Amino acid sequence: MSAKGTGMRRPYRRPMDGWWRKNPYFVEYMIHEATALFVALYALILLAGVVCLAQGRAAWDGWVGWITSPLSILLHVVILIAFAYHAWSWFHIMPRTLPPMHAGGKRVAGATITRAGLVAAVASSALVLLIAWGVAR
Amino acid sequence: MKRSNAPIFWVLFGAGGMLSALIGAALVFITGIAVPTGTLLPKRLFEYERALAFAQHWVGKGILLVIITLFLWHAAHRLYHALHDLGVHAGTLSRLACYGTALAGTIAAAVALFSVGF
Repeated sequence: MSAKGTGMRRPYRRPMDGWWRKNPYFVEYMIHEATALFVALYALILLAGVVCLAQGRAAWDGWVGWITSPLSILLHVVILIAFAYHAWSWFHIMPRTLPPMHAGGKRVAGATITRAGLVAAVASSALVLLIAWGVAR
Repeated sequence: MKRSNAPIFWVLFGAGGMLSALIGAALVFITGIAVPTGTLLPKRLFEYERALAFAQHWVGKGILLVIITLFLWHAAHRLYHALHDLGVHAGTLSRLACYGTALAGTIAAAVALFSVGF
């Protein structure tokens, strides 16, 4: 592709380095895209637990030993923050990703959709915590 | 005309994104902070017998499979497009790295959850 001085055409390529850093809108975009790294990391941690469980008691105890370590707990605090930010941005983007919704002949406002999503997230999270608490008793 | 497979990946991305937005933080808190430290929830939830019983029950098995696979497919789709935004060519290699990891994780989860028994 790059043929310097060979007489071949050298099309201009706009540099991609750090384009998103120049605009706060795109900085936010990159941050919310980056939450996917933590979603993947958490899925892989759970997957490791399930694989260890399938291998037997010794492997499972090894996984429990890791997940109860201070390093893992610190890591999960970071993952928790990323998940909370993902939820926040997910429902703020939702009005733009959903097809237009109408209620009573009027278009549903974006802020209403965002608020409904955040309320649903808080309610379902509380339900999950309640179920876990109920199972533990 | 060849039908696009894009809607499948988009649906997996959306479902995983919605699930993680709704209950992801609560799950991270339970498995990564509350049970390991014994705050609000007891540490004994991670005892081998309890964990095994959970993974052997069809409800527990289903929960684990859905969470692991949807989270992986959500992340794969998002990271694939973010890599493109960062100037990484959206070709076979980056597609394989993202969706291939999600597929491998899905298979590994299914095999493990099958082999723990019922």
